[in-house]
Amino acid sequence: MEYQKYYVPESSKFPIFAAFSLFIVIIGASSTINSLDNPESNASLILYTGLACFLATLFFWFRQVVKENNAGLESAQLSQSFVYGMAWFIFSEVMFFAAFFGALFYVRSFAVPWLGGEGEKGLANMLWQDFEATWPLINTPDGGKAFVIAAKSMSFPGWENISHWLPLYNTIVLLSSSVTVHFAHLGLKKGNKKTFNIWLGITVLLALIFVGLQAAEYYEAYEHFGLTLNSGIYGSTFFMLTGFHGFHVMLGGLMLAVMLIRSVFYGHFNEHKHFGFEAASWYWHFVDVVWVMLFLFVYIL
Amino acid sequence: MSSVIESHHDDHHHGPAKGLMRWLLTTNHKDIGTLYLWFSFAMFLIGGAMAMVIRAELFQPGMQIVEPEFYNQMLTLHGLIMVFGAVMPAFVGLANWLVPMMVGAPDMALPRLNNLSFWLLPFAFGILLSSLFMEGGAPNFGWTFYAPLSTTYAPPSVTFFIFSVHIMGASSIMGSINVIVTIMNMRAPGMDLMKMPLFVWSWLITAYLLIAVMPVLAGAVTMMLMDIHFGTSFFNAAGGGDPVLFQHIFWFFGHPEVYIMILPAFGIVSHIIETFSRKQLFGYSSMVWAMLSIAILSFVVWAHHMFTVGMPLAAELFFMWATMLIAVPTGVKVFNWVATMFKGSITYETPMLFAISFVVLFTIGGFSGLMLSIVPADFQYHDTYFVVAHFHYVLVPGSIFSIMAAVYYWIPKWTGNMYDERMGRLHFWLSFVGVNVTFFPQHWIGLAGMPRRYPDYALQFADWNMVSTAGAFLFGASQILFLFIVLKTVMGGKKATPQVWEGARGLEWSVESPAPYHTFSTPPKVN
Ligand code: HEM
Ligand SMILES: [Cu+2]
Repeated sequence: MEYQKYYVPESSKFPIFAAFSLFIVIIGASSTINSLDNPESNASLILYTGLACFLATLFFWFRQVVKENNAGLESAQLSQSFVYGMAWFIFSEVMFFAAFFGALFYVRSFAVPWLGGEGEKGLANMLWQDFEATWPLINTPDGGKAFVIAAKSMSFPGWENISHWLPLYNTIVLLSSSVTVHFAHLGLKKGNKKTFNIWLGITVLLALIFVGLQAAEYYEAYEHFGLTLNSGIYGSTFFMLTGFHGFHVMLGGLMLAVMLIRSVFYGHFNEHKHFGFEAASWYWHFVDVVWVMLFLFVYIL
Repeated sequence: MSSVIESHHDDHHHGPAKGLMRWLLTTNHKDIGTLYLWFSFAMFLIGGAMAMVIRAELFQPGMQIVEPEFYNQMLTLHGLIMVFGAVMPAFVGLANWLVPMMVGAPDMALPRLNNLSFWLLPFAFGILLSSLFMEGGAPNFGWTFYAPLSTTYAPPSVTFFIFSVHIMGASSIMGSINVIVTIMNMRAPGMDLMKMPLFVWSWLITAYLLIAVMPVLAGAVTMMLMDIHFGTSFFNAAGGGDPVLFQHIFWFFGHPEVYIMILPAFGIVSHIIETFSRKQLFGYSSMVWAMLSIAILSFVVWAHHMFTVGMPLAAELFFMWATMLIAVPTGVKVFNWVATMFKGSITYETPMLFAISFVVLFTIGGFSGLMLSIVPADFQYHDTYFVVAHFHYVLVPGSIFSIMAAVYYWIPKWTGNMYDERMGRLHFWLSFVGVNVTFFPQHWIGLAGMPRRYPDYALQFADWNMVSTAGAFLFGASQILFLFIVLKTVMGGKKATPQVWEGARGLEWSVESPAPYHTFSTPPKVN
């Protein structure tokens, strides 16, 4: 049986700083949002201050962990704790997405058909009797009184228009990035840092392309299709799901970029020690799988 | 689990740092456990004070002492604070203190994250409480914050509420990840899964539930935020959404949440009954399986909170039967506790008194739950005081009693001092009488039709409301006694032996009392 040490830091300033800056963040965020229609409000300053403090804290905290790791304080057992920790964190993210997917499935299979008069609770059609259930739901039940009716949805536009369909390109980009990050991993496992850096670099590039394409897609939705957050439940679910996913792409991309910087400029990672990279790549694969679900349930079906 | 562990520093055996910084910067699971427990107690007193406002208003029919608007805010904050501020942090505090000692680990797996999980809470609740002073007042939509009450008709402070829920959720998720990783990765060699103390098992399952449902709650409040401020229509039928969708998402979180508040109690009570019956627990493995099946079933019963909202018949039936099924593993547990006591040489120290009354009174709450799960009956009971009686029976003499039992049981290990047994028993009897006088009559006024969440009521409910309020103030006052007993124990008292209780078994009783600041720098032998 192997005899090991488990590193328990004596005390740390980082957590309390992180907690305090999150406190500032939520005060700032709530006040900013509550004063959105007041152009004079300076609440967003609080938000940005909080975010800056929080990011700085995270930076120094992670730097400390990396240093400890390089100093050999971390045992195999501690690394195993990180592995489990990351896995459960990803599980919590899965459940976060599940809430939004659940909302999508519920409105598509129950709420909207009922409003259209179908099914056991079709009684709901009494509310707006002219409403006909369709998906993508373009005409809102209230006939657009409180909402802006979009010209077009983001769904599959038919084979003839497929070459202009951004989500398809996004799918290709993201799926290939999962492959490239895997190649990076393989390279690292063989101890080939150069392969690793190149493939990881390509992955980060693909992440950037994805975010760019999505920005273009949102621009198209807002400017050309009139599809906004205000377009009823279709717009709500569309932007919530893709937006939340896009945010995760940025987060995952940032993680990978940090790993790239660590590898290229600081010479971190070798064939035995590379948990930081591995964690980021798991996260990346997770983000990728979510996209596949999105592509299927938001865009195609 | 092949590795043996040793703490890293040789200078590791010194005690804690001094002063405030010790508590702000600590990474020690015992310090953090203590912080959680005191925080939870403070919240318990604040939430309790709000309950007193509610009960005082209901002492007599007619509007008596507060405005209806303020009544709603008290009701909402009381619920939120008790659930997220009192019960959950108390269990996390117990997990911090006990899980590493019970599995023979040097500390929690991720000590810095542990500190962060705790310190998020005072900030989150500071914000929630400060909403009382904001324009439009505090949240007033009930702890279940149904849309559209919490969206279209909410006060501006709802934004602060939403973000504080986010922070509480983050705290719970990080805390749970820590517990799970500690249990999975840091058990002493020989501590197989099926040898783990039941408290550890109960927390393994609880942590899993927390990680599964807290993000769903976060999703729910995020959609609220979008509906309120950014024009979406998730919970607005005019745009094709559905307010009922909110209830589905909330209760998908909410029902597992009620099990999050009771599973650790199951673990605690199992230990205490075993110790004071001086017998081995009856049916250890069936206890584990019962908890696992309760946890799994708790994901498919949520809509029993929504029987009257208008669901298809098939859904009503499914959720009724699934809910009833939960009574089976619950019954197994109650049976096992009783069987453990059967022919035991029982003594009735304070923890045991709380544990026994837990078994009896929690069972009453379980039975009223079964009554509520019958769809046609629930059409009658729903949103009456009968529901209030039900969930208070499972939460107060259930969760809260188990926490108190745990405090009396383990406080000699924490402080090295015995608590005052006579005062402990007095506290128990006052609480026991108080709880029953408060909540039992609510079954009757509920069945007679008194609706919940109103500051006023029809005259025929007056007598029992008066009784209920009297009981509530008795219960409230006896918690001051509890505070006094705990403080007295912290400051001194008869010295405790390592084993403390004659029948106590488990690793935490093998170390001296108070437990050393760093418990197992080398892993203990488990046989
Ligand atoms: C045998 C086990 C149980 C059954 C069959 C059961 C059943 C039910 C049902 C059907 C309701 C909905 C009543 C209504 O609104 O009409 C309910 C409400 C509630 N239950 Fe339980 N329950 C059980 C155990 C528990 C436990 C262990 C807890 C917490 C520790 C709990 C806490 C609650 C709460 C807080 C509510 C009210 C929520 C609200 O509307 O504000 N229950 N229960
Ligand atoms: Cu329930």
